[in-house]
Amino acid sequence: MNNKLPSSGTLREQLSDRTVPLLLAALVILLAAGPFIPRWAMFLLNVSLSWGTVVLGMMLLMRTGLVSFGQGLYYCLGAYAAGALHHFYGVSDIALMLLASVLIAGAVAVVLGLLLAKYRDIFFAMLSLAFSMILFGLLVKTSALGSTDGFGLSVKTLAGVALSERWERYALFATTVVIAACAGLGMHKYLNSHLGRLAGAIRDNELRVEYMGASVRRVIHLNYVISAALAGIGGGLVGITIGHVDPEMAFWTTSGEFVFIAILSGTGNVLAPFLGATIFEGVRSFAYEYSPNTWQLVLGVTMLLVIMFLPGGLWSVFSRKKAA
Amino acid sequence: MSHFLAIFIDGVIYSSWLFIIAVGLTLIYGVMKILNVAHGSLYALGAYAATALGGYWLATGHAPMGSYAMLVLAAIVVGLIAGPVIERGLLRFVYGKEEVVLVLVTYAVFLILEDLTKLAFGVDPLSIPEPYALLGSFEVGDLVYPTYSVVLVGLSLLVALVLALVLNKTRQGKILQAVIHDREMSAAMGINVSRVYLVTFTVGVMLAALGGALTAPTISVQPGIAAEVIVLAFAVVVIGGLGSLGGAALGAVIVGMVRAWAVHKLPEVELFSVYAVMALVLIVRPKGLFAAPEARKI
Repeated sequence: MNNKLPSSGTLREQLSDRTVPLLLAALVILLAAGPFIPRWAMFLLNVSLSWGTVVLGMMLLMRTGLVSFGQGLYYCLGAYAAGALHHFYGVSDIALMLLASVLIAGAVAVVLGLLLAKYRDIFFAMLSLAFSMILFGLLVKTSALGSTDGFGLSVKTLAGVALSERWERYALFATTVVIAACAGLGMHKYLNSHLGRLAGAIRDNELRVEYMGASVRRVIHLNYVISAALAGIGGGLVGITIGHVDPEMAFWTTSGEFVFIAILSGTGNVLAPFLGATIFEGVRSFAYEYSPNTWQLVLGVTMLLVIMFLPGGLWSVFSRKKAA
Repeated sequence: MSHFLAIFIDGVIYSSWLFIIAVGLTLIYGVMKILNVAHGSLYALGAYAATALGGYWLATGHAPMGSYAMLVLAAIVVGLIAGPVIERGLLRFVYGKEEVVLVLVTYAVFLILEDLTKLAFGVDPLSIPEPYALLGSFEVGDLVYPTYSVVLVGLSLLVALVLALVLNKTRQGKILQAVIHDREMSAAMGINVSRVYLVTFTVGVMLAALGGALTAPTISVQPGIAAEVIVLAFAVVVIGGLGSLGGAALGAVIVGMVRAWAVHKLPEVELFSVYAVMALVLIVRPKGLFAAPEARKI
């Protein structure tokens, strides 16, 4: 007779056992279906998955107990890094651009994180917002960087391999899917690791974490840099997909949209941000077309409903486990 | 010399404007501990209402001088309607939650109001230049300034004075200060805290709408003004310390002067100067200049 009650450990194992296969399955399906997906859907998916990557970073920060209203800073930095490579150095290689996105976003985050790791709650949100608005102000007033128009970019090669017309879009799509999947897998492994679980601990009680011997500042700094790198690569991907970068990416309303998706999807699982981003992008595209003056209304009402009735986000509908 | 004077006067005018738009925000935060992201939308609503009311007043042939009263009336009406509706209809249900969740709630309200404003007033830019143009301009040396700015500065000082008097000299004001200081203790002493919240929020909304109404004659009122104003109001309020009215005044003066200096001397950094000051102040004094010291809770 089986007297063992399923402990939460077993339940969690079961759940996380499904995350990795789900991620890999999604990766394979998307890559295989790539050449057959209509152009508009591919564009939507590219943007959704890129945004999902950004929100993945936000999810990590939220699990650490911090809400950042300034992810737009790194998103914009990543996009402009990719764009600047093209605009000033004539680079049109996807891999090089994305590398630049990650490195520049990460480098700035290492420096800013030293300062931001000391703040919590509203002041963290406000300071991160201030920094993203500083970038916005800088970009708008810098005519060398295109001021409010931004500039365009185009890609011709992927890691040195020249792309023919036919395969150009698929290559970008495949890159986005692979990067999103790797980000998701990496984050999943990280969150289940010793260092990753400290995030939740910090959210619960920082003092206790310090007493146990871990450094709260260092963990927050690390998580901040990771989320910035994810935002940077998301920004780079979006810049390449749309073919244009502009300062609006650093405006606080863009960061607000990331926050919205993070709330909508919840912090329960690494798949949630991608789901939430896809729903958001889908609704936004269709709402723009049919009713451009009410989609923000719909967003606002949805957010209120989610906050009041589904504090764990949409993902909590799928998971009986309480959001971490 | 005239350059310095120009910077100073511009700074004074801009600071007065900043004070009016920021004081409602800090008042609401001080009493209710809610950082109202929708503050900008209420500012926009005030601007739109002022344009509509003032426009109607002027179009029906009334005395142009009365349009000023219409501006203020519009602000009061917006406050009396939007304040209780938002507070009783929504905020009342989320009071217990964490501050950051409250910020998200008000962010949702901002989104909703953005679209409601578009639906109510349309997306085309509106304008009501009469109150601004009517007063003409005056000269200080070889600098020309619109007389409307004097109205702005004067009203701003009046608001500051009235608020200071009400808070410090009247019974209601002291009750408000008690609630700011310790909500639970005030409730225990018999103060009707939820009525204080309602009144405070309504006054805060009125002040935001007043900022919008007074600004309406000087700008083109269109969708999008809300988002720009919110970050400015945040910057001022955070610099001064959330919840402190004196801090809002000081923050307004600092931001106003810095921006005036930037506009005159280094126009490239004008936009970013405000946020740079905000970041600098937060770095040096993490809670703002006049924030009350908080006991650490374990």
